[in-house]
Amino acid sequence: MSYVYLYALLGVGLFVLGLNALIVHAHLMRKILAVNVMSTGVFLVLVALSSRNEGILPDPVPHAMVITGIVVSVSATALALILMLKLNRATGKNELPDRSRD
Amino acid sequence: MDRNYWLLPLLLMLFVGLGYAVLSIPEPVEGLPKMLVDNMELGGVSNPVTAVLLNFRGYDTLLEMGVLLVALLGVWSLGGMPDYHESSPGLVLDIMSRQLVPVLIIVAGYLLWVGADAPGGAFQAGALLGAAGVLLLLCGWRIGNKCSGLVLRILIVLGLGMFVMAGTGLLLIEGEFLQYPPPVASELILIIEAAATLSIGTTLAAMFLGSRPGEADK
Repeated sequence: MSYVYLYALLGVGLFVLGLNALIVHAHLMRKILAVNVMSTGVFLVLVALSSRNEGILPDPVPHAMVITGIVVSVSATALALILMLKLNRATGKNELPDRSRD
Repeated sequence: MDRNYWLLPLLLMLFVGLGYAVLSIPEPVEGLPKMLVDNMELGGVSNPVTAVLLNFRGYDTLLEMGVLLVALLGVWSLGGMPDYHESSPGLVLDIMSRQLVPVLIIVAGYLLWVGADAPGGAFQAGALLGAAGVLLLLCGWRIGNKCSGLVLRILIVLGLGMFVMAGTGLLLIEGEFLQYPPPVASELILIIEAAATLSIGTTLAAMFLGSRPGEADK
């Protein structure tokens, strides 16, 4: 059963890597990609932990949550991309204005 | 710059903490999966994931369709991207998109049908339809003016509307919201899934178009 926990730890690793990219990079496209990597990590944890039960079927409730979550994350990505394009149109930059650096 | 020195240790601590939390989850209790297995014959479909999505946790899916609709409204309310860059695809991309989109539609229909007793279902089929729509958009296809008005809006609200209508009808007949009577549960689930598939596919494609179709030209 240890491979289940290997996948779950991989999901945690993806989440932390995505969080790192979200903090480090200023470009909004990279931030959107980072959030997507983070959500993929969460989905991996959910799917991995749903099959911990030996012998019987994996728990379908986390699977259902992941399926709806994937579609929601695609739609959130679309909304974020439009917001990024709008910001680019308004300010000419692909970064959020940072007052503390000015 | 010194805040970057703090970032790595903090993230490592977060990784260790989350990893410990994941590893220390007690061995699964029998409760929820067993309850599902015991009630599967009431669900109307033999695929447990579809049964959970459309029947046992129907509220969740209903509200999730609402989330999709709200996201699309958010995209539309931001106004269009007037000078959306029109690119003419090359010959290969043009022919490939013509060949691929019918295949994607057929696979989406197959996934929708097979979702009753195997992996598949409305969300997978809807995602495929959405991918086909995005592929068409990227290849320079646009929705004609004839279809971009009422037809598009009906397609977009069809999933949520069918869900709410079925739920309300069952509330009047059975006395419980979204409580499918077992003899007709599989038919009801298939109808709702078909509507949801069309809705999800259209919504995703419309979201990536970025503006209300028919208004982008203004």
